[in-house]
This record gives sequence, structure tokens and C-alpha cells, in this order.
Amino acid sequence: MEPVKSLGAVLVDDEALARDLLREHLARHPDVTILAECANGFEAVKAISDLAPDLVFLDIRMPGLDGFEVLELLPPRADGGPAVVFVTAYDDFALKAFDANAVDYLLKPFDRVRFEAALERARRRRGVPPPLAASARGPAPLTRVVVKDGATISILPAAAIEWIRAEDDYVLLRVSGRNHLKQETLANLEAQLPPGRFVRIHRSYLLALDRLERLRPTPTGGQEALLRDGTVLPVSRAGARLLRDRLGSSSAG
Amino acid sequence: MNPILASSGRLGPYLFAWVPLAGVTGGLLVLAARLTALEAGVILLPLTSVYAFLCLSSWYLCRVLPLGENTARLAATFTIASAAAAALWSAWGVTLAQLLASFPLFAALPEKLPQMAPTLFLLGILLYLLSAALHYVLLAVERARDEARRAAELSALARDAELAALKQQLNPHFLFNSLNSISSLTGSNPGKAREMCVLLAGFLRATLGLSERTSIPLSEELALVRSYLAIEEVRFGDRLSVEEDVDPRAEGCAIPPLLLQPLVENAVKHGVAPRLEGGVVRVRATRTDGTLVIALTNPVDAGAPAAPGAGLGLRNVRRRLAARWGSEATLRQELREGTFSVALSIPAESKA
Repeated sequence: MEPVKSLGAVLVDDEALARDLLREHLARHPDVTILAECANGFEAVKAISDLAPDLVFLDIRMPGLDGFEVLELLPPRADGGPAVVFVTAYDDFALKAFDANAVDYLLKPFDRVRFEAALERARRRRGVPPPLAASARGPAPLTRVVVKDGATISILPAAAIEWIRAEDDYVLLRVSGRNHLKQETLANLEAQLPPGRFVRIHRSYLLALDRLERLRPTPTGGQEALLRDGTVLPVSRAGARLLRDRLGSSSAG
Repeated sequence: MNPILASSGRLGPYLFAWVPLAGVTGGLLVLAARLTALEAGVILLPLTSVYAFLCLSSWYLCRVLPLGENTARLAATFTIASAAAAALWSAWGVTLAQLLASFPLFAALPEKLPQMAPTLFLLGILLYLLSAALHYVLLAVERARDEARRAAELSALARDAELAALKQQLNPHFLFNSLNSISSLTGSNPGKAREMCVLLAGFLRATLGLSERTSIPLSEELALVRSYLAIEEVRFGDRLSVEEDVDPRAEGCAIPPLLLQPLVENAVKHGVAPRLEGGVVRVRATRTDGTLVIALTNPVDAGAPAAPGAGLGLRNVRRRLAARWGSEATLRQELREGTFSVALSIPAESKA
């Protein structure tokens, strides 16, 4: 048997009464220490990043960021990050929570037996690295992309993204004339964005169709994309074919 | 397709009605055109059965020329049409007579043609006009039936709108979250837990009770809204506050039950709840002359994408207003400077 070790927990819920309830249940477990209580997603990202808890009880619907977005913005941790138990009144996020590698999914209201079971699973699962990449998110297309730059968290509406460029392990998102860096691969992000609006015009570029002014030939015999704001992006041969298909089908239909 | 030909239930009686008409035709042929009973009897069946079907053609004219719209055109059209039909009919009569004349028994028939043709022509006109009159009656019957069906469809639509509103009303997440709050209070503040149980029970009882009625006074709807907001205020603490400004003269106005409640729920769920700092939900009701105006405002986060489901409640309210008042009721929604507002304007009816 492993020696009993103290567990640090962070409670995240926008309702004070819901946090009270979690605290009351945890009071029966002297080995669990509550490191912080957060009332919204922003506080949660900060607290979990700073305090590196073993355990997080996480609400899904919250002001600011939702529970999934909180997980997405956490920095990678050598021990694989905290064991996450979602606590929500919505049963329709269960699949998504499973994909996000959550330890358990507590449906409000819950009883003590159910809470103990979740805590037990969290204890057992601690240390197993949860791959909390954004690719683990559910099948619904993203309506917004969250980006963390130092202490600043930006919420970017997917409809405002102009183009995206791959930069090693990061992607650069161009939104309303500003650049944002996010730790994510271009392929992963492409798979989550609403289908139809973005075209992979180049190995390293995704372009929102509505930003394109026209395609024009380059001196070397290739093609490039001229955007409405004057920006010029490279277009591969496959990208040009994709673009022509999309524009052709949209003008025909 | 002609309504008589389209249904065997009509074709039978129609052809049967031609039996006495054929009798009249035969009688006239004997009296006016001096045919023998045998001659008339033999010629009658092919003669009238063809005309019975020819007269059905008047339906196409009846359909394109509604009664009472352009009487001169109607008269001219039917004069020409009946004359043409009657001419065809008398030509058919003449042809039959000449065919029969090859039999020795009917050799005398062609001599009677000068009397027979005009008799058939005049009778043909009358019969054609009679058939037109019958078709107008049938068209009127069909139109009345269509209208009744459309009215039934409209009322079914209104009922659907009500049902959809009720289904949406029993929002399970609200219940689950409230029960979780009660569960939490049971440990920390049993008195408050009991209070919340009573609030929730009151809200449920009112929701179920009101949903069975078609019309309630605004005051009852507002009481329901208040109990809903009181529960949400327990859940959200000081992040949610409510301001109410209701004209006492508006309180007695009749509205469909649970009209406002989904809008208030929207205001909390999609307006106040997603905001870090929360906000104020304002309810205002005024009555001026014959119009009741109910306005709701709530703050929204500027950059937030439209929440899925927020439009559903509004669409439902719109449908219910339209089903009940048509264009007399309006719903205006507006998003300006971080404030979302909805204003319902409906005819003020006092009795509920």
C-alpha cells in the first residue's frame, strides 16, 4: 500500500451553495485540503495553474469560460495534471467529459455515496496523465477559441477568425487585425472549426473564405491569395484546387 | 379534376339525376318534334348520356369565373359556352337520327330533323346552364369545407405553439440546480432550505396549474415570475437582482399563461448567468388605452456568441402571440450597448 498523502483540491462552481456542498462532503476526508474555491472560469485557470492541485471539482456552465475551456488553457504538467471531476446539472456533456478524460461526471443533485465514489476514482486515477488537448473536445464545432497569453485570456469568436498559420507546436490566429498564439496544431484546430468557412490553402495556412478577395498568379508560376485587407498569403497547388472547388460550388448553388 | 368525376359517390347521383332530365328530353322530342315513342326511346340513351358528360365541362368555366365578380363577362362566357355545347348536342342528335334512318323502322326520322334540331338546341342551353348552377353549388361547398379545414389547421397550430411553450417550460436544469441548492442548504442552513423547498413547490404548482388555462391575469403571471426569480436569487446570490415596475392598471390584463416566464428565464440564463459581474433583470408593464406593453431588459456580455436555445423561447412567444392575436400583437427585440430588451405589445383584454 502507498502511504497516505495529502491531496490538494480546487473547487470551481459559480454558485456559492454548490461549492458549500462540495466543501461539506470533503470535510469528511481530512487528507483532502481545499486549496482554492473559484466562482468562474478565469479564476479557475489562475488557481489551477498557480496551485497545481491533485484534484479539481469543475462545473461546466460558468460565466466567462466553461469547464472545458478551463482545461484547455491549463499549462502542461509533468505529473499529467489534476484528476478532474465534472459537477453539473447537464447530462448532455457526459460524452464530451469522457473525451476530456475526466475522472468522473457528477450530476447535480448527488448524494454522499455518489460523491464518495467519484472521490475514490479520483484518488485511483491521480497520476495517470490526461491528454487534455483540445482535440479531446466533442464533435460540436467550436463557436469560440480561447487563447492564453501570459495572464491574459482572450475569447475569440470563431466567426471573427480571418486566417490561421501553423507555427511549430503553436498556431497563430489572425482575428480582427490582431495576432494570437495558441498551443495547438493546425490539423486539430481545423477539425474543430465549423466546416465550410475555412479552407486549407497551404500546408501551413487555413483561410476563412469570406476574407478572400481573389487568387492571383505569382511570377514563379504559382498562385497566391489576396485578401480583402490587402494581405497576401501563399497558396499551394492543392490549396488552389480546393479554393476553386469551394468558390465554384458556392457560386453555382 | 371535376369534383363529380373525382368521386364515385357523386358521379352516381349525378347520372341518376339525368334520368328525369332524359324523360323531359324524350317528352319534348315526342311533343315538339313529333317523334314516335319508339323513335324517342331508342335515341334517348345515346343522346342524353353523351350530354351528361359534356355538361361536366362547365366546371372549368365555373372555376375560373367566380360568381359576382364580373357579371357581364360571366353572362357572355356562359351564353357562348352553352350555345356551343347545345350545338354539339343537336349535331349529335342529328347524326344519331341519320344513323338510325338506315333501319327501315326509323326511315321517317330524317323528316323530323327540322323540328328536332332546334328543340335539342334550346333544351341543351337550359341543361348546360343547369349544370353550371350545380357546379357553382359544389364549388361553394368545397370552399366552405376548405375554410373549415384551414381554421382547424390554424387552431391546431396554436395548440402546438402552446404545447411547445409548456414543454420548454419544464426546464430540468433549473430544477436540478435548485434541488442541488436545497441539498447544500440542508446541511448549512436548514431554515433556508425549507424556504427554498416552499418556493420551488409554489413555482411548480403555479406552472402546472396555469398551464391548464388559456388566459390568466398578468398579476398571476407576475407572481409566477417572482417565485422563479426568488429561487434564482438564492442560487446566484448577489450576482442577480430584479427590478419591477408594474402599472396597477396593467395587472388585470389577460395574457396566455407562461408567456413572460420563458422570457425572464432567458434573461437570467443567457443574460445574467454568463456574466462575471451578474446584472439586473428589469420587468416593466404599462397599459395605455387598449394596449398592454410588457418590457424586459437584461445585460449581456458584448463579445459573447449567441447562445444556442436563446432564440427558441422568443420564437415560441412570437408564435403564441400570432396564434392568438395575429398582427395585433407585436414582439420587438433589440440588443444595444450591452443591453438586451424584449417588448411585447398586445391588445389589453380585461377579462381573464
